[in-house]
Amino acid sequence: MSNTNSLLADPEILRELIMDHYQYPHNHKLKEDDRYMMKHMASDSCIDDIKVQAKIENGVIEDICFDGVACTISTASTSMMTDLLKGKTTAEARKIMQNYFDMVDAKEYDGDILEEAIAFKNVYRQANRIKCATIGWRAMEELIEESEKGNE
Amino acid sequence: MFDVEKIRQDFPMLRNRPDLLYFDNAATTYKPQAVIDAVCGFWTGYTSNVERGDYETAVKADRAYDHTREIIARFINCEPKEVVFTANISHSLNQIAFGIGRWLKEGDVVLTTEAEHASNLLPWFRLQEEKGIRIEYVKVDRQGVCHAEDFRRAMHEGVKVVSMAHVTNVLGSLQPIKEIAAIAHEYGALVVVDGAQSVPHRPTDVKDLDVDFLGFSSHKMCGPDGVGVLYGRYDLLQKMDPVFLGGGMNARFSSDGSIIYKDAPQKFEAGTPNIEGVIGLGAAAEYLMSLGMENIQAYEAELRAYFAERIAKLDNIEFYNPDNTSGPITFNARGVFAQDAAGYLGAHNICVRSGNHCAKILHEVIGTDQTIRASLYFYNTKEEIDRFIEAAGNITLENAIGIFF
Ligand SMILES: Cc1ncc(COP(=O)(O)O)c(C=O)c1O
Repeated sequence: MSNTNSLLADPEILRELIMDHYQYPHNHKLKEDDRYMMKHMASDSCIDDIKVQAKIENGVIEDICFDGVACTISTASTSMMTDLLKGKTTAEARKIMQNYFDMVDAKEYDGDILEEAIAFKNVYRQANRIKCATIGWRAMEELIEESEKGNE
Repeated sequence: MFDVEKIRQDFPMLRNRPDLLYFDNAATTYKPQAVIDAVCGFWTGYTSNVERGDYETAVKADRAYDHTREIIARFINCEPKEVVFTANISHSLNQIAFGIGRWLKEGDVVLTTEAEHASNLLPWFRLQEEKGIRIEYVKVDRQGVCHAEDFRRAMHEGVKVVSMAHVTNVLGSLQPIKEIAAIAHEYGALVVVDGAQSVPHRPTDVKDLDVDFLGFSSHKMCGPDGVGVLYGRYDLLQKMDPVFLGGGMNARFSSDGSIIYKDAPQKFEAGTPNIEGVIGLGAAAEYLMSLGMENIQAYEAELRAYFAERIAKLDNIEFYNPDNTSGPITFNARGVFAQDAAGYLGAHNICVRSGNHCAKILHEVIGTDQTIRASLYFYNTKEEIDRFIEAAGNITLENAIGIFF
């Protein structure tokens, strides 16, 4: 635990993590399966254009995947999000998401539960990139909201 | 002799932010003190609305506002009454498409290119949807240039409007507008020119080019934001219907709904205009004319050639428009997403723009969606280009991500 924490404090390692997730994004293939809900994020800017899919059943996020054209920050942050939130309940996911949004907004946050996504802790310094770092996360937030509406 | 160091003294942004390297002039430009003084002079010395003023400052405001029409008329060689003030060129092009649209019928063709800015396409798309007109595209080459021979081949009797940028915003392609207009007129088509990227950088003579409509934006030529120009041949302006109706543009109206419009150009200027902006635009055009548009064009051509020669030598850079002699330098760093590369430059105080530059259908021509655009103006220098080249040579994926740590 403290071991990974110290690794995640090393900027070199964090940079490598972003590079890796950009060059080899995880869960980077959409599914042809109508149990998946999909969110297309393309209207925010003319650059990033990504699709996020999630299979949420009984309040558990069973699978997440994504695809699209995007910059390093969008791609890597979405890739990490899929790793982090897969298998979580929607309540757990919301807590993690809130911490992530607080981090990129330069507010107080709990870094431990963000795991690799801590790599984006300095994004707030490049204000124009906050949108990139949150595009996939916002898609997931909307998908969770939709799934909860569906279950009411 | 073009004394760029002296000229730079006229620009407070250049004096106040010597740390910045501003190469985003295709997006907007810095303002010289003369423009700032003109705007503030109105605010601090003779604020009032225009039109029918019965007191001294109102008369002064009215005169200053109308005086800009005379300045712009000299600037592009037309009559003052052919100069309509709008909010920007997007507004100008929407007015033109709306007005011409009322003269078109189903099946009529608007001929344009795939290198246009969204502002010169979407208003025509709406006519396609609402009136059933057709949009056709003339072929452009890999540098975005529409050759006169190709244009002639694309022309036919059904084409009623030709609408094209004089200089395109992504690749800086200079279109042979004079030849194109001559061919279009043989067929009786109207010629609309998007001058957003040409008017600020080269002499423009609407009589010599023989175009029917021309639009441009003040903010791209050292003037204030929120002001644009619509030039139209006067007989066409007189026939054309305005988009906006309201105060200032009607001569009289009555309760049965009948309206008598004023003559052009007032007919197109409903509501209180951007008075300080128009006054500032006048000062900007005077400033440019005092430097001389030929001199500006010659100096920028020299700068661009210097830039092109150096950027072409960088191994990590793919440079898309080496053959064009005007407009932005358009490139990508190999293996780096355009926004990441622009972010790297931004972190080093170099201002450039990444994206598809509102010309979303161009990728079919250059084979990529996202590019970075470095665009110069007459106040840029070779030393700045040297500094840029040094930074551009260092754009790698590692360095682009490195700015976050
Ligand atoms: C060729 C061209 N047309 C139109 C526009 C739109 O200008 P504005 O935003 O001032 O309306 C631009 C601006 O980028 C442009 O480059």
